[in-house]
Order: sequence, then C-alpha cells, then structure tokens
Amino acid sequence: MFYREAGQFKTTYEADGQILPIRQDRIALLATLTLAVLVLPFVATPYLLSAILIPFLIFALAALGLNILTGYAGQLSLGTAAFMAVGAFASWNFVYRFPGLPILVAFVLGGLCAAMVGIAFGLPSLRIRGFYLAASTLATQFFVVWCLTKIPALTGGSASGVITAQKIVILGYAFDTPQRKYVLVLLIVALMALLAKNMVRSNVGRSWMAVRDMDVAAEVIGIRLMRTKLLAFAVSSFYCGVAGALYAFAYLGTVEPEAYSLDLSFRILFMIIIGGVGSILGSFLGAAFIVLLPVGLNIVAHGLGLPTSVASNLELMVFGALIIFFLIVEPHGLARLWQIGKEKLRLWPFPH
Amino acid sequence: MTFKSLVLGAVLAASGATALAQQFVALPSYRVGPYASGGAGFYGGIIDYFNLVNANGGVNGVKVTWEECETEYNPSRGVECYERLKTSQGGATLVEPLSTGIAYGILDRIPQDKIPMTMLGYGRSDAANGKVFPYVFPLISSYWSQAAAMVKYLADKNGGSLKGKKIVHLYHDSAFGKEPLPVLEALAQQQGFELVKIPVAPPGSEQQAQWLQIRQARPDHVILWGWGVMNSVAIKTAQRNGFPREKILGVWWAGSEEDTVPSGDAAKGYTAMSFNTPGNYPVLDNIRQTVYGAGKGNLADKGRIGSVYHMRGVTAGILFVEAMRAAQEKFGKGKPVTGEQLRWGLENLNIDAARQKAIGAVNMFPTVKTSCEDHEGSGAVKVQQWDGKKWVAITPNWIVGDRALVKRLVDESSTKYAAEKKLTPACLK
Repeated sequence: MFYREAGQFKTTYEADGQILPIRQDRIALLATLTLAVLVLPFVATPYLLSAILIPFLIFALAALGLNILTGYAGQLSLGTAAFMAVGAFASWNFVYRFPGLPILVAFVLGGLCAAMVGIAFGLPSLRIRGFYLAASTLATQFFVVWCLTKIPALTGGSASGVITAQKIVILGYAFDTPQRKYVLVLLIVALMALLAKNMVRSNVGRSWMAVRDMDVAAEVIGIRLMRTKLLAFAVSSFYCGVAGALYAFAYLGTVEPEAYSLDLSFRILFMIIIGGVGSILGSFLGAAFIVLLPVGLNIVAHGLGLPTSVASNLELMVFGALIIFFLIVEPHGLARLWQIGKEKLRLWPFPH
Repeated sequence: MTFKSLVLGAVLAASGATALAQQFVALPSYRVGPYASGGAGFYGGIIDYFNLVNANGGVNGVKVTWEECETEYNPSRGVECYERLKTSQGGATLVEPLSTGIAYGILDRIPQDKIPMTMLGYGRSDAANGKVFPYVFPLISSYWSQAAAMVKYLADKNGGSLKGKKIVHLYHDSAFGKEPLPVLEALAQQQGFELVKIPVAPPGSEQQAQWLQIRQARPDHVILWGWGVMNSVAIKTAQRNGFPREKILGVWWAGSEEDTVPSGDAAKGYTAMSFNTPGNYPVLDNIRQTVYGAGKGNLADKGRIGSVYHMRGVTAGILFVEAMRAAQEKFGKGKPVTGEQLRWGLENLNIDAARQKAIGAVNMFPTVKTSCEDHEGSGAVKVQQWDGKKWVAITPNWIVGDRALVKRLVDESSTKYAAEKKLTPACLK
C-alpha cells in the first residue's frame, strides 16, 4: 500500500530513467537528506555528530568504494584500509608540503594517489581472480603499511610515525566544530554516492557487471577487460582514498599507519557483505550496522548495569551472533531485505 | 541497586539535591581484545583505589565517580568513548585512555573541552612540556626518561661506562617502539656505545630471524621494547637461541606477570623496567580488607592484587585523587572541582615521602612533583627481575637518567609541535 504506484505514469524517457523510479522513494530520500542537512546539525548533540554520524558516513564511503570493486566489478579485495591510508597520508603530505593548497584539492589529490596505487595493485586482476586476487590485494595492505613505517619522508620525518592532521579550512572558513565537520563530510559523501549511483547505471557500470558475471563472455561482446577492471580499481581506490583522508582529518585528527590495519579492511568487507554486495544503499546500511550496533550494545549493557568485563565480552558475542543470524536469514544483505520489504509493502494487504 | 536506594535516589533527584558532591572521571577502558589482561589489571587498580577512597568518605567528602567504556584498544572506538563520556554525569574532569592511539586521537580535543588527560608511562614524551600541552600529563615517567634511565642502569652495571659496548634495541615496529630512538641515538653518540636497531613486525609472534641476527651481533645487552605477545615470544626465542635472559632489559610494558608467566622457566632472570617497586603495601592491604572485604573488588581473581598492572592502576588512582585534593585546597574544600581546576591540581602535585606514608604507599612509586615546565613530575624508575615466581626490585634506589638531555629533546620536539599547530607556548594560571 505504501508503495502503490497507481497513477504514476512515465511519459518521457527522462522520467523512465530516473534514479528512483517510485515517487515515494524520491520523497523519502529528499526528506532524509533535508533532515540530515538542515535539521540534524542543529538538534543533534556533539556526541551524536562527532562520534556516531561522522564515522558512519566515512565508513559508508569506504564501503561504497569497496562495493564498486567487489559488488559491481566482481574483484575481491582485502586492501581497502591500505587505499584509505594512501589517501590520508597523501592528503596530509600535500597540505604539509604545499601550504596554501586548498584542502578539498588535497583530498582529491589524495584520492588520485590512492587510485594510482589501486591501478598498480589491480594489475594482477588481469591474470587471477576470486580468492587468489583477494590474497594479492592483501599484499597492498602489508606493502602500504610497511612503506609508511619505513619511509620517514612519507610521515614528514616524525620520529614516532604518528602525525596530527591539519585543520580543515576552506576559503578561510574553519571546519572545526562537530557540526561543521559533519556537514562537510555529509556533503562530500552525498555527492560521491550520487556519482557512484549514476556510474553504476551508465555503460561503465554495465561493463563492470558484465565482467563480474562472466569475464570471458564480456570480452566476447567487445568489452575491453583490462580497461574495465583497472577502471574499477581506480574508481574504487579513489573512493577509499577520500574516505581515508576524511577519516584522518574529520574524525581521528591523527594520521598514523596503525589506524589503517588489516582489521579495518575486514570490517569494511563485512559492511558490504552484511549491507548487500552490489548495492549503493547496502553500503550505507552495512556501515550503519557495523558502526552503530557495537555502540548500541555497549550502551544497553551499561544501562543494565552489568559488570564491565561481562558487558564487553557479551557485546562481542551478541554482535557475532547477530551477524550470523542476519546472513542466514538473508545472505544478500540488508539491502535485499529492504527490497523484499518494499515489494511486500507494494502488495499489502494482499499476499500476491 | 536495592529498591530503597532507588527510591532514595528518586527523592533526592526530585528535591533538587542532585548536587551530591561527585567528581567524575572518564575511563575509556578495554577488557576484551589483544591487550585485555593489561587493561583489566590497570583499570581494576584505579577502580579499586577509588572504591577505597569512597569507602573512607571520599576526597574531603567528595565521592569519586567513574564510568567505563569499552574501546578494545581501537582508536576509532576510543574517540567515540571519549565523546560519550565527556558529557556523562555532568561532565568528565579527567580521562585516562591507556593507549597511545586513542591518546593521539583525542589530543586536540581535550584543550577545547578543558579535560585533562593523563598518560601514565606511555604516549608522547614531549607532552611533559606543559607550556605547549597544558592538558596532557605523562605522569611519573615518559618513554624518553625511561630510555635514559635504562642506559644509565646499563652503564652502572658495566662499571660506569658503556664505551665500546654493543646494545641491541629490539622493538615493536610501531610508534611505541620508535618513540625512544631519539634518546638512545643521542646517548649512543655521547657515551660511545654501538646501537643496533632491530624491528619486530607487530604483533611479534615470530622472531626467529631477529634473534639469529642478535646472536650474530653478540651484543652486551638487549633492550626489549615490546608489547603484548611479543614479549613472551622474545623471552622464549632467546632461550632457544641460548641468549642469557639476564642480558635482556625490558621496557615497562614488557615487565608484567602476563609477560613472564607464559614463558615459564625461560623468563627466570629476565629484567625489566618499572615505575613501581614490587611488593606489598598498607594501601594494598586496605584494598583487600575494605574493598574486597565488602565484595566491591574489581578484579575477578583476588590473587592479582598487587600484580604489576594492578599496582600501576592503584598508582594512577592515587595520583588522580591527590590531584583532586590539591585542586580542592586551592579552589575550595569539599566541593567537586572542574576540569580546568583539576588541571591545576595535576600541575601542582607534590607527593613526597610523608604524603606517601599517609597513603600507605611508601616507595611504591617515586615521589612526584609537577609544575608547568614539568608535567612528568619525576622521571625516576626501577629495575625489577623475575625470580621465576614474582618480580623483585633489584635496584634499591630510583634511577634517573640524563635529565638534561631529555629536557632538551622535550623542548625541541614540543616547540616544533607548537609551531606546526600555531600555538603560543605559555603556562596557564
């Protein structure tokens, strides 16, 4: 009932090719965005903004990057955190070495550096695929972190290898409060999500999906494998790089190799598996699940007054159990669950 | 919580008497994950001491309250915890994350929020300069002071000079392991010993190659700057390679029961640094009696009272409470102090032998006297040895390394930081 499309006629090609074909979806998205941009910064507490929403958006962006590579182009990767690290360190270095460089330009350049590293480490994808490729992208993870700890020039010669991120100033306007940082991150993430959505609907996205489904067949119909796969690596790494830069500048405030560990790569992989592989919405849902659930469980355990050691262990157990439960109920992730829910709502109250 | 206390609480809250004198401390702790054993012992010690103080009427009548938040030692979750705790219960007035990563993550936020942060025995050594880092306190001893003291101890052991000797710095290849390098390199040049730097990739569960290298280098001493699983692996690998454990000197994060017990006999004779003197103290007996006697102890295993991490936690608790006392002396007794006032208290600590005696902790930790120039307050450490069953202090006196050198490095590094951040170094009132 809520998704009844009766009366929504599409009379032009433009109307037919909209991102969200159902009017209710469009209204919902607009309402969410309005709420996020115009209401949340003013009513949400600094805690909610700086400790929950900012990391959620940043991880969603990283998950989006991985989803482009794994979900749409079918190339497994375990190097997400490494691409994020490249983005963060490159952005830091650009600002450090070229004072006066606009920070947004530094983010873009950081993303481009990550894209170049992505292309280099994506080269093996032309010969190997599946789990073997996952193992070779694992090399990115180790190589990048190794470089960052071994080459002092990359960390500005700091003795301990930990450097503090510069302040975010755009056109003389300092983004130093949780509200301002949140708005900046939100705008960047929303823009890039829109770009990604359009990319996967265009011929680029279709060729990625063709490669994902069967690369031999894709080659037969004239898709250039090398270009397509490397483009997927480049775009995906660009997204991860920007996410890494935001993670360092807008969230942690420090840039250190250890923050971009293999553990983070795995967490982003879990985000897209739980959220939904091959879905833009899934990246956001997955990030929300992985970021918010432990915090929520922690608060609940606290509210119940459990001893902290029990609460901490219980949190991990419940979190693990929920992941298993969700994947058994819906192996295609939360995005698919939402899609099924939408279909049911369309038919409601009739079963079919 | 019983029904009676609930009702009482509700009545108090309703009658507007919420201004129950309370001093809130934020504890972003970790009790799961790779460093859980350290976290449980350390935070257990802090909480045990707070419970003891509260059982005896609090700090001039002000109860110490605290709240924990699980960080799993993960900087990202640590920042979340800090943001959550800082406004909890009317606002945190102190934070101790016991993690370099988390400390770095919140370093820029604490001056804005006006919440002092302590870093007991870790973190940025240059934060000892209170003119640049007014809200950061690497109390008792920083890594640089420790490294200087290590070299002093080794020199004393070799008849006062290390000239021509060879020392291996076997370190955790991270910010933590690299932190002492400026001090060790400066001292190597100054005193004429050879420094061989050998990194171990974290977490350090495989060290065969490194110890082969050490055997070939035939050093006079090995400094083990390790952490977590790396320590027991190092001790066991040293045994397998026939390297005498007496020649290994661990950093204080490599000197707890958790590091030596898993190594079994291999650890016998191993030495490590500490800023506590192992043993028993009246304050620990009080904790056993008053806190554990009332069933309010924080450690699941009573036998761990007085273990290295627990004692470190108790020491932290003592320092926090003494800072509250100092702040109350200035800003009014019997009232909770704000974060800014507590910062003053931490900057004006003076825990001499007499004060230690009153607490029941004579010689449990070095005397601490802080100031704006010196947020560390001591820099003195001890060397302890594992006798197969427990840690024993083998240096009767507190060792202090080359303070002038450390001070120079602190000034250089903090000035550079201030320039990067465009800060004007100054003492706060």
